Amino acid sequence: MLDLVWLIPAFPLLGFLLLVVGGRKLGEPRAGWLATLLMAGSFVASVIVFLGLVANHAEERQFSQVLFTWVPAGRFSVDVGFLVDPLSITMCLFVTGVGTLIHLYSIGYMHGDEKFSKFFLYLNLFAFSMLMLVLGDNMLLTFLGWEGVGACSYFLISFWHTSDSNATAGKKAFVTNRIGDWGFMVAMFLSFGAFGTIKYTDLFEGIHSNGIATSTATAIALLLFVGACGKSAQFPLYLWLPDAMAGPTPVSALIHAATMVTSGVYLMTRANPILAEASPWVFTLIAWVGVGTALFAATIAVAQNDIKKVLAYSTVSQLGFMFLAIGSGAYVAAIFHMITHAFFKALLFLGSGSVIHGMHDDQDMRHYGNLRKFMPITAITFIIGWLAIAGVPPFSGFFSKDEILAAAMDKSPALWAVGLVTALLTAFYMSRQVFMTFFGRYRYADPRPDEIAAAWQTKVAAARSVAEDAKTADANASSALALARARLDDAVGDDRAAAEQAVAEAERLSAATAVDASDAQKSATALAMKVAQLPTVTLGLTAAPDVHEISEDLGHGPAHRREFHPHESGWQMWVPLVVLAGAAIVGGAINLPFSHDVKFLEKWLEPVLAHPHEVSFSGGKLFVLAVFAVLAGLVGVAIAAAVYLRGKGDPTKIELPILAEGWKYDSSVTAFMGGPGRQLFEGAAIADRVGIDGAVNGVAAGVRETSGTLRRLQNGLVRTYAVGIAIGAVLLMAYFLLMAKAG
Amino acid sequence: MTVLLLANETASTSFPVLAALVLVPLAGAIAVSFTSPRRNTAKTIAVLASGITGAISVWMLYAFRTGTAEFQFVTQQSWIASFGISWFGGVDGISLFMIVLTGLLFPLAIVGIEPEHEPKPYYAWLLVLEAGCMGVFFALDLFMFFIFFEIVLVPMYFLIAGWGHANRAYAATKFFLYTMFGSAFMLVGIVSLVTLHARATGGDITFNLIEIAESQSIALITSRWIFLSFAIAFAVKVPLFPLHTWLPDAHTEAPTAGSVILAGVMLKLGTYGFLRFGLYLFPEASVFFAPLLITLGTIGIIYGAVVATMQKDLKRLVAYSSVAHLGFIILGTFALNREGIDGAVLQMVNHGLSTGALFLLVGMIYERRHTREISQLKGLQKSAPILAGFFTLVMLSSIGLPGLNGFVGEFLILLGSFTAHRWWAVVAASGVIIAALYLLWAYQRVFHGTPEGDNATMRDLTFREGCVLAPLVVGIVFLGIYPKPVLDRIEPSVVSLVEHIERHDPDFHEPSPALVVGDAGEGAARTEKEGGH
Repeated sequence: MLDLVWLIPAFPLLGFLLLVVGGRKLGEPRAGWLATLLMAGSFVASVIVFLGLVANHAEERQFSQVLFTWVPAGRFSVDVGFLVDPLSITMCLFVTGVGTLIHLYSIGYMHGDEKFSKFFLYLNLFAFSMLMLVLGDNMLLTFLGWEGVGACSYFLISFWHTSDSNATAGKKAFVTNRIGDWGFMVAMFLSFGAFGTIKYTDLFEGIHSNGIATSTATAIALLLFVGACGKSAQFPLYLWLPDAMAGPTPVSALIHAATMVTSGVYLMTRANPILAEASPWVFTLIAWVGVGTALFAATIAVAQNDIKKVLAYSTVSQLGFMFLAIGSGAYVAAIFHMITHAFFKALLFLGSGSVIHGMHDDQDMRHYGNLRKFMPITAITFIIGWLAIAGVPPFSGFFSKDEILAAAMDKSPALWAVGLVTALLTAFYMSRQVFMTFFGRYRYADPRPDEIAAAWQTKVAAARSVAEDAKTADANASSALALARARLDDAVGDDRAAAEQAVAEAERLSAATAVDASDAQKSATALAMKVAQLPTVTLGLTAAPDVHEISEDLGHGPAHRREFHPHESGWQMWVPLVVLAGAAIVGGAINLPFSHDVKFLEKWLEPVLAHPHEVSFSGGKLFVLAVFAVLAGLVGVAIAAAVYLRGKGDPTKIELPILAEGWKYDSSVTAFMGGPGRQLFEGAAIADRVGIDGAVNGVAAGVRETSGTLRRLQNGLVRTYAVGIAIGAVLLMAYFLLMAKAG
Repeated sequence: MTVLLLANETASTSFPVLAALVLVPLAGAIAVSFTSPRRNTAKTIAVLASGITGAISVWMLYAFRTGTAEFQFVTQQSWIASFGISWFGGVDGISLFMIVLTGLLFPLAIVGIEPEHEPKPYYAWLLVLEAGCMGVFFALDLFMFFIFFEIVLVPMYFLIAGWGHANRAYAATKFFLYTMFGSAFMLVGIVSLVTLHARATGGDITFNLIEIAESQSIALITSRWIFLSFAIAFAVKVPLFPLHTWLPDAHTEAPTAGSVILAGVMLKLGTYGFLRFGLYLFPEASVFFAPLLITLGTIGIIYGAVVATMQKDLKRLVAYSSVAHLGFIILGTFALNREGIDGAVLQMVNHGLSTGALFLLVGMIYERRHTREISQLKGLQKSAPILAGFFTLVMLSSIGLPGLNGFVGEFLILLGSFTAHRWWAVVAASGVIIAALYLLWAYQRVFHGTPEGDNATMRDLTFREGCVLAPLVVGIVFLGIYPKPVLDRIEPSVVSLVEHIERHDPDFHEPSPALVVGDAGEGAARTEKEGGH
């Protein structure tokens, strides 16, 4: 059964090839079904191989299959070969499992897209690359998958490439990842330098029998971590991931939440025998980068209003947790959290996709509210995902996060404390998202802040124009009065009485218009003042914004939106939600903390790990830690409920602008790259044209000049030549004499 | 272990293959110049002549015996006996793929792009160029090599000057003078080398490369100077930083076929020259100057990429990317170990395929839009999705995506050079980051976005154009997935070359894995077993 492993990547590869050839002809929805079916085939193959592996004894759970020699050169040689062991097959199972569900979901989500078949072509290529990444029996094949998933991610982020921001996001993802890939490459060179091989089994065997210098192991571990930081979006390379949300939502779920972004964690786990030989500070570094990223991203997630951006920063944060686990030496906990996270985060992303789908592509949570009325399945499944990520027992996230926090406590209480704060924030921002989206008032038809502002401006403009009219009328009245007075001066006899009457009339009129003008001016000014001092429009959590004064001026927007009704998505979309929700509920059962017998994942992964990780403290302390973790989660939920459900407190006090802007890190990097970085590049280009090429052209010009001069030397006069010869001879003689003396 | 470099009869045949590689295109050129000035005849003859030459080169691929470093298809005729000059050629694993690459690129360039005017001389010059390039790659006589090395300048000069773009006269002259400047040094070098060799051995004057290289009769210091004179000629041709400035002008101004050949074949004359006439003739000097050359190569990698990023002309961007890619080849060559040189030879092929394809694609865009300005192009993926698909694949190959050809070469080069000079490799490896930056940025500006005006109505690839690109794309994918057949043929010659250097420079030991990290002593023993297979 194990030798069927080649089928696992072969199915999606076949799908890719078929879709390249005939995708357009197949069209919608057949192209999607083909891709989904082949993905399911890959899942079945994974299950078969998994069962085959289970049937073996723990020590014999390793199988390799070599298809052909890939790069043989000199003393270097790698194969296209697969390494089947508990780690790789675990990855295969959830990659193909979650992958199949997301393929199915995409059939519904991508309905009507003109590039429908192309989407599935990329998706299958992605699955193939991801499976090569996890199954490769050497670092180079892993790297092939590693860059392959990066390329697919690039294609899919910029899938709707006619928009410039999507194209930019795709490019940013690829280039940022390349920085990490550089680390991976150099790590491979170092490994080859040290052992003459980059095949995992040979490497680990070499370490086992010959050992490895701590400095080398440290360098390799650090370089691999650089690679992991790129792919798994850790600080400082995380900034491509939030932008990656430009891709279609199934892509965000599959690539940017469940699978690809966890490959850094996989890599570190795969390389654990090397890490084990590295200096201890490497682990400390990884742990702090992990927990630091987790906290950092969680603070940003608190202030995001885009439903996908919240999940994106949440993913960065959760990946940070996984690195915290690795830094604490708890690989099993990292993989455990990777799996549960794949379930609940894929669920949350797909749920958000369902919401976006049902809400006319509106991604702003401020426009949602009470959507559980309209999309009950999405709501219920999303709520399950929320409870899982918030760490509420007995949902899956509770178990995996708890294990990480326990390992962190074992390494350093400070790590645990930061992790706990992050857990609290996680519960808070996820609750905020759930409350804003599925609970409270339905706000879609509410007048939006920009509409309200525009309406007030219209009103002010109207008042100003009234004041202007009144002023004109007053001016007219004044001139009429002046005219009447002039007429009075000229008038004699009977006319004078009439003129006096006219003046009196004009005076009365003028006085009235003056009052009118002044009143209008006053009220316009007052209105403008009032508008300037209007409180910022709130979310409208408890009640719609009060717009009775401006209801006339609001335009058609709200009325138009009142006719829109959110809807639940089709079955292709909600079936995956339900399945994933099930997994998010019971996923924790794969590694229960109660006794060693029920730590299935730990026992399963044990053969892969050089040094099994043991938490040093007792069950009692573990229980206390768990209580803390649960309390942190509940506090987070409670605060969110108070603010976003009951309307107590001011959300703007929490959603600080600096958080919304991600601590200005991204904008600073962008400013640097667009500013000094660009100038540097520009400078090099100018230096090439002016400096180097200029020098060459300068030499050419010099030659032209000199040859012009030299030509004059050849004047045909023997006398000149003789002088030349004489000078030359003297110089030569002097040279030889000097040389002779020196010699 | 003795070096019996000349092949025995098995691989040589009664049919004078190598002569045919030169004579068929030459005959084609003559035939073309006698045709009536009707477009079709000239083109038909050109296609036929280059096609036959290509077929011969492919046949050589099949007939080539794997597993030996010997020169095969050897041909030797006395030519100018009094000076020891002979018509002496042979092919080994290093030159084989250069010949196949030349054999393939010429027909594709001829079929793929029509000249804008005067097809007759255009095709004639192209065929002369092909004959010259072929000759360079199999010449084993220094004089003959020099003749071929120089002769290629003439047709290329006329191609640029006659069929190039706006600034063609400047570019053609610059190209010609620059290369002549380098060759002048080499000529002096060749003459000194031959004379000194004759004097040292007390024998007759000979231009026989193998004889001179194997005897290593010249004083060390002298050979270093002579190496430098060769190196200048090759460095200009490669081009190596800072002698590269002729390249962007020549590439940009040349007609598309000219750019394809220039990048695909002619730049390799330099890198090939370094391998065949640098490392082989001057092993000690190569070791001595290796640090200088890998430094220049590494600078070229970063510098070429940085300057490419800021180009506004698509063709100029590709030209500068060549500076970076060729820097990799130099880096691998002067890593002076099997992995590095294997990678360098492979990368010569890879660069020919992917940069050749890139220039073809840019040429196809130019034919449609009559501009190469990046700012004038937008959203082409929407109007020409198939062209965009080809471009994407070729771009990814150029970026060095694993699974495509560029990666294998680049990786081996970096691996080899890391083993030899690790910090250079670490710096050079960062070049792949910038490569992604400039190509993806250019792609975004040209292909992404919403097209307007002429960009919206641009037509997609024709069937003929697809057929021209297809062989290149097949090569790109095949070499990325299964480079073994190529590497297997390159390897013996490279091993023999490295052993040659080790034999003649007692202080030199091939940089090897275990030497990098001293503590993994057993690593070397284990790898020997693998290397020996």
